[in-house]
Amino acid sequence: MITIESLSKKYGGRTVVDSISFTARAGRVTGFLGPNGAGKSTSMRMMVGLTRPTSGTATIHGRRFADLPNPGREVGVMLDASAQHAGRTGREILTLAQQLMGLESYRVTETLAMVGLTETESDRRIGGYSLGMRQRLGIAVALIGRPSVLILDEPANGLDPAGIRWMRDLLRGYADDGGTVLLSSHLLHEIEVIAEDIVMIGKGRIVAQGSKAELLRAGKTIVRGRDMPALERALTASGLATSYDQDALSVEAEPGVVGLVAREYELALTELRAADGGLEDLFLQLTADTQREGKAA
Amino acid sequence: MTTTTLTPVREQQRTLVADQIPTWRVTRVELRKMFDTRSGFWLMASIVIAALLSTVATILFAPDADLTYYTFAKAIGFPMTVILPIIAVLSITGEWSQRSGLTTFTLVPHRNRVILAKVIASVTVGIVAMVVALTIGVVGNVIGSAIAGVDQVWDVSFVHALDIMLGSLLCLLTGTMLGLLFRSSPVALVAYFVYALLVPTMSGLLATSQQGYQDLQPWVDLNYAQSFLFEGTLSGAQSAHLAVAVTIWLVLPALIALRLVRTSEVK
Repeated sequence: MITIESLSKKYGGRTVVDSISFTARAGRVTGFLGPNGAGKSTSMRMMVGLTRPTSGTATIHGRRFADLPNPGREVGVMLDASAQHAGRTGREILTLAQQLMGLESYRVTETLAMVGLTETESDRRIGGYSLGMRQRLGIAVALIGRPSVLILDEPANGLDPAGIRWMRDLLRGYADDGGTVLLSSHLLHEIEVIAEDIVMIGKGRIVAQGSKAELLRAGKTIVRGRDMPALERALTASGLATSYDQDALSVEAEPGVVGLVAREYELALTELRAADGGLEDLFLQLTADTQREGKAA
Repeated sequence: MTTTTLTPVREQQRTLVADQIPTWRVTRVELRKMFDTRSGFWLMASIVIAALLSTVATILFAPDADLTYYTFAKAIGFPMTVILPIIAVLSITGEWSQRSGLTTFTLVPHRNRVILAKVIASVTVGIVAMVVALTIGVVGNVIGSAIAGVDQVWDVSFVHALDIMLGSLLCLLTGTMLGLLFRSSPVALVAYFVYALLVPTMSGLLATSQQGYQDLQPWVDLNYAQSFLFEGTLSGAQSAHLAVAVTIWLVLPALIALRLVRTSEVK
């Protein structure tokens, strides 16, 4: 379990992380979502003690990272897969981690196989690795100590679709076995397919957090029926705000309420579902604020 | 795609080792890191190569009368004062320049322990390098004297040999300190040459032109104070000079550097 309490980081007068608090629970994948420059990496660096927080605390299983006797065996960390000496081979980098953590040497071969790096690939210097291969090696360094907590910054970066699928299955399995997984991404879709809990951050502040199901429920409903004008009249008569979303109606209510109205007026529905996109709208708004295209539009 | 099997976490937690990583283990890994890249390997190899070249050059070019062990020791000692600091600098700055510190300082979240391990590793390399170099000098002196047909002269006492070693280790530690201070390979290397070449030259010029500075020089010119370690055994006054110069140029900046390293961000 990772517990973040009022964590802040200021550089001079600039606040990069502004009093964020959240919990990444065991047995769940928590997605840390935000546009580039939102403060995700700074927050993660503070969690593992690479950056000193201006205020607030971050704890892993109730202990500060620096108080963990052998952190690699409790927390698997990957902040930047490219941050390795280009002249070392993949196997060597993993061997250094294995020796530092005091693990059995067979773990190196075992973990390389687990992340899908072949013998030939792992004996090459990482200067010649593709981003995807570095990402796999980074995951290997994180996993080799059999940690119960994973902190991964943009782990899907540079992976091909099959690699992303592999990563998703790996993290899913990890959480199902009772592990805590915190991963960051600037892509909503990536987080949506992997994470159960989402923490959304923008300009250093948490703008939304909760389970994916909660956040995706925008409180709006998309409804379609055989007689659309009648449906619209019925909903308006029931005091619900409606608007046309292409050829369907978007209603400011839960699907259950809309269903009751339809039954009352004896109208046949062809589609009734919760509108997704609440999260997407919020995310786009966040992204637009930090991107030039957004301002120009 | 490979299928992945994970040990269930419940089992993992049973096998979890709560012991702190001992410093010797960090040191062993740091030593390994000094050899496991091509550049690192050749840097280490250059110690032996430089010692061999200096020995051969001494045999070839030194006048017969000068074919004493001291000549060999001095000829071999000079390249060591260049190579050892480079090794020490890169051992520190690589963590920042190559960004591997992101992993190192996460696996051992106590920077002073990592730095201590690096210092032990560098000093170990320095001592072994000097023993190897001085041994190559012994062989050189035997062969050189035989070729020239002169008697072997062993004019370096054990204490003097230790002094030469100490002098080289001070150069190495200066490299460590500059690495910590600047945490960038090019800057720290340039700084070392400023330290080792430019400052002594300027200090020498100042000493010849300014009468007042001449008396001060032995106390504040590290290179000057250190040079007596290579010349022979130190007098009491020379030891005092060295201690003061080392404090000013090595110990104090090292304390500042350690503070900077502890608070700096690893990105």
